[in-house]
Order: sequence, then C-alpha cells, then structure tokens
Amino acid sequence: MIESNKISEIKDKDTETDDQGILTGVRNLTPERIENVIGQVLGDETGARLKVYVDTCVHCGMCSDGCHFFLSKDRNPRYSPAGKVKQTMWEIIRKNGRVSPDFIKSAAVVAYTQCNLCKRCAMYCPFGIDIAYVMSVMRRICHKLEVVPLYIQDTANSHSVSMNQMWVKDDEWVDTLMWQEEEAQEAIENLRIPLDKEGADIFYSVIGPEPKFRAQLIYQAAVIMNAAGENWTMPSMPGWDNSDMCMYTGDYEMMERLKRSHFECATKLRAKKIVMGECGHAFRSVYDMGNRALGWRMPPIEVIHSIEYFSDLLDGNRLKLKKKFERPVTLHDPCNVIRGRGLHEMSRNIVRNTCETFIEMTPNREHNYCCSAGGGVINCGPPFKNARVESGRIKAEQLLAAKAQGAEVVISPCHNCHGGLEDTIHHYNIGMDLKFFGDIIYEIMELPGQQ
Amino acid sequence: MHEHYEFVTGPLAWMAFLIFIFGSLFRFISLYRLAKKKDGAVFEYMNFKYALRSIGHWLTPFGSRSMRLNPALTGVTFLFHISLFTVPIFALAHVVLWKERFDISWFTLPDAAIDIMTFVVIASCLYFLWRRIMVPEVRYLTTPGDYIILAIVAAPFITGFWAYHQFPGSASMTIVHIISGEVMLAAIPFTKLFHMFMFPFTRGYIGSEFGGVRMARDW
Repeated sequence: MIESNKISEIKDKDTETDDQGILTGVRNLTPERIENVIGQVLGDETGARLKVYVDTCVHCGMCSDGCHFFLSKDRNPRYSPAGKVKQTMWEIIRKNGRVSPDFIKSAAVVAYTQCNLCKRCAMYCPFGIDIAYVMSVMRRICHKLEVVPLYIQDTANSHSVSMNQMWVKDDEWVDTLMWQEEEAQEAIENLRIPLDKEGADIFYSVIGPEPKFRAQLIYQAAVIMNAAGENWTMPSMPGWDNSDMCMYTGDYEMMERLKRSHFECATKLRAKKIVMGECGHAFRSVYDMGNRALGWRMPPIEVIHSIEYFSDLLDGNRLKLKKKFERPVTLHDPCNVIRGRGLHEMSRNIVRNTCETFIEMTPNREHNYCCSAGGGVINCGPPFKNARVESGRIKAEQLLAAKAQGAEVVISPCHNCHGGLEDTIHHYNIGMDLKFFGDIIYEIMELPGQQ
Repeated sequence: MHEHYEFVTGPLAWMAFLIFIFGSLFRFISLYRLAKKKDGAVFEYMNFKYALRSIGHWLTPFGSRSMRLNPALTGVTFLFHISLFTVPIFALAHVVLWKERFDISWFTLPDAAIDIMTFVVIASCLYFLWRRIMVPEVRYLTTPGDYIILAIVAAPFITGFWAYHQFPGSASMTIVHIISGEVMLAAIPFTKLFHMFMFPFTRGYIGSEFGGVRMARDW
C-alpha cells in the first residue's frame, strides 16, 4: 500500500514514451516553470468544481468498471479512472504543484493517451465525479507547459495556421469540393455543391480529414442532400472545418478561435442551422465545449449531427430507398454523440429503416464501450498506436460477440471511432466491415431520375 | 470517572457539535463563493429536475448499472449508511441524553434492532477494510487517510456495542465511546466524510449535464 503511493518514484513501462513532443517539452521544463503554470491553472482557471471532485472521491474504485482501459488491461489498477487521477492531479494537488519534469512526462502520457475523455466513468462513479474534466485540467497544464504529444500538436498547429486540422490550403479545399461535385454529377446530372449560398436551410460542415482522406464522404453527403432536395450550402472560406484538436490538447484559446470562426462562417451566410458530418469530437466541440468557452450556454446557432439529420430524413420519407441493406449489421455508439447528445435511439431508428438485420452489442447506448481512439488519443499517432489498440481489447471482444451472432458490418457514425475500430478490427483479426450511416444510405438509396 | 463523563458529555460534546456545524457551514460557504467566482457555468447548467432524477436513481438500491455490477458493495453500502444514521439518532441511550439535557425527545428503536444495526456497521467497516486491502483497484487508490476514516467511523460503534453489552471495562469504554463519536462528528467537515454533504451537488450536477445538455441517462 505504502509503495504504491509513491507514484512519482515509480518508473515503469506504462508511462514510458519515446514521443518527441513530450520528451522535447520535458527537457525544457524547470521546477519553477512547472509550479508557476500549475499555479496559474489551478488558481485562475479552475475552482470549486475541481476541488469538490478531488475532495469528494472516497477512493471506492467503483469507477473502474466504467473504463475500457481498465477492463482491456486485465483490471490493472493504474488504468482505472481514479487510478489515472491519482497519477496526475492528486499528486499535483498534494505537492502543491511542486512536481518534477519526469512526473509531468508520465502525467502527459496518462492524460493524453490513456484516457479518451469519453465520460463513461461519470456514469459509474456514485458521486458522478466527472473524471474526464479532471483529465482535461491535466491536459491544460501540459499544454501550457508545452509537453504535448508530437502528432496531436501538429494538428493543433495546423488549426492555428490554417483554421483546419489537416493543413488544407484554402484553394485545395474549394478544389476538393468542386472535384467531388464533378464526381457526384456522374450519379446525379445536375448535382451541385452550392458554395457560400446565403440564407440556406443547411450549412454543412465537415472535419479536416474529410477533404484530406475521405473525400468520398463529401460526395455521398452531396448526393444525399441533392436527393432530399435540400436548400444547403458549404462554405468556401476558413470556418468550414468543425473539428477541434486544440480542445483535446488543452489549447482553449485556439478552441475558441476555431469555434468562433465556424459559427461566424455559418452566421455570415445566414444559414438556418449547421448540419455536421459523422464526427463525434467535432460535435462535442461545437455543442458542448467550444460554445461554452465562447460564453454560449448552448450553441448560438442550431447544430445537428448527421445521425439526427438522417433520422429525420428517413422519418419524413424524404429519401427513396431501393432496398434495405442486406448484410447483418451491428452498431457502435460513439461517446460524444450518445453520452454527449443522446442520439442512440435515432441511431437505431436509422438502422431499423435501412438495414435488414440488426444485432446489438452489449452493453450498448450510453453504456457502450469506447473505441479507444477518441479524445485525441488516435491523433497522438504512431508512438501510441500499440498501446491504444491493446486498450481496445474489450471493444474487440464486444465486436467478436456481435460477429458470433452473425453481424458482418459495424456501423459507426464517428470519424475517430472509425479510425480506432479499423485498427481494432485489423489487430484482433475480427474480419468485419466498417461503415458510416452515409455509406449505408448512399448504397441503398434511389438516385433522382433512377427508377 | 464521573468528572470525565461530565466533561465529555458537556464541553467536549458542545465543541464537537460546534465544529461540525460551523466547520460544515464554513466549507459550504467557501465552496459556494469559490464556485460563484470561478465556476459560473455550474450554476448555469444546474437543473433541479434532472438533478433529482439522477439522485433518485443513485439512492435506489441497484438503480444504476454500476451498482448492479457490484452487488455486494451495493448491498453493504446501503445497509451501512442506513444503520450509520439510524443508530445514533434512535438508540434509547442517546434519546435519553437529549431528554435529560434539552428536554426534547423522539421515538426510539428496540435495543435488539439497534444492536443488529450496530453490528451491521461494524461488519460493513470490516468489509470495506477487506476491500481496501484485497481488491487491487481499491488498494491502489487507498491512502493512510482512508484507513483512519474507517477507524473513526467504526470506533463509536465498536465502543458503543462494548459499553451496551457491559463487557469488562464498560464504564471507561462509555467515555471512549462518547469521545469517538465526537471525533467522528468533528471530522466530518474536514475529511472525506464531507462527501455526505457533497453527494447531492456532484450527483445533481452531472445529472443536470446528462439530462439537460447531453440528453442521456447517467445511471
């Protein structure tokens, strides 16, 4: 018991890292700087909430079952939610900020790569302690100390230079949209992706990786919008990217700039509402964190995730479907839109409307296991990939159980989850296909002019 | 022995109650002021209906998935907390004291019931102790303070049980019993025991977030 309390003295493989962002940052630390920054964050930026969370935790361990890291790592106590707080904020508060650069290194590994901020543990703690919030405070400290994993910091740098996550240049963005428009015209002759149309009903925004890696999703969205006869638009100017890795690095100033540019982009075009592509973290940043940072209780303009958009579309019979998707599917519930916005029944509504056979994973809905990639963890890149995939073991077991019942396709309406599940499926040889709702709908819908 | 008794049931008892009441008030007020200054959003999102919805689910035995995954802990925790509050308030000897000192009284529970509940508290504390030592994820979180708290909570019940059953040295044990009760009372504002007052707020806040913003269940 005594030994396990001496956290700062423990050096073990769980927090060892060769990440150059973290190592370089740590080399530049001095004890004074650490104490100073911690003082700023704890003194100026946090208050009673953090204090109550840390003081109220009675160390009962009930949060453990909430965490997929803990479950995937054979119930290793280091990976329980409170165990991660112990390795980070408890120690910092106990020592009043007087911690070593080495401690910050371990704390950064824990906060950035061993917690997806999925908030499942808040549902397992009897006090409802929001441990993800405590982890975010730790990340904030690391950000201000410039001890951030290299790959995610690169995306944050891209955000601050280009206002998008993937260093997409302004002309490349417009080019991509026009390219996808042209492609989609093969399917629907007069299809347009209307740029900067004022007063449209829908302002459609996507994340940076869509034009970069998954441009076909823009194509599919365009086809669906056109088939549904929407009055919609996409912006040609910065603000088109709704993603936000700065939210996850702890760079809240940049998060505010990003969200402001996104909201302003939509309001400049006098759009009635924002519909977002199938991404979870972007939704969290627009609906939950970014708006708050800007002082908006709720988003200043209505924000709708694709799940809700598709569900309404199908309920209103606004898309003609040729058939139902035949292969048996199972459904992944992404944290940021399920625990973050309660879209689980709408997700199931889409599945019922579009798929012939649906096999539930258990536990599901709010209790579904995280993909292990969210919260910026996948964005921390290759140095942490193996650890991340190992932490997805419980998810893999869940997928295998669904497969044993016949499921062949996993639907996951979130980009981060896609990245994570793709790796999980590959690593554990699960042999299932992975799709977005957009993929399913595009595959089974009737195109205008087609009978 | 008599002066000792007078002292621990007189000035010391007053002190314990005053520390408990004013200590708790102090913590409440300072946290409230800090929250007003730094956590304005908490007040913005706090929602009475959803707070109650969450608290209700978590005060219902096995009302959350988390509790269902830990049936033994859940059962013990509920019995423990119920007994912990019932015994000191409804034990005959305690009510008699209130009657003697302040001429106020209320109903009491049969001695046998109090005896059983006292036993429940002691056994629960032993279970918690066992958990702290034997369950790896709990041991990892455990600090010396957690053992001290456990001892502070168990002590009044062990000594009370001893004194009531007139085991050897029960007169001195009565004094120890009273002191240990006072220690527990005075410890509430400044230790993890304060969770009894924080529960409605932490639970209520996450319930409000889940209900009002996230539109999802939190149990």
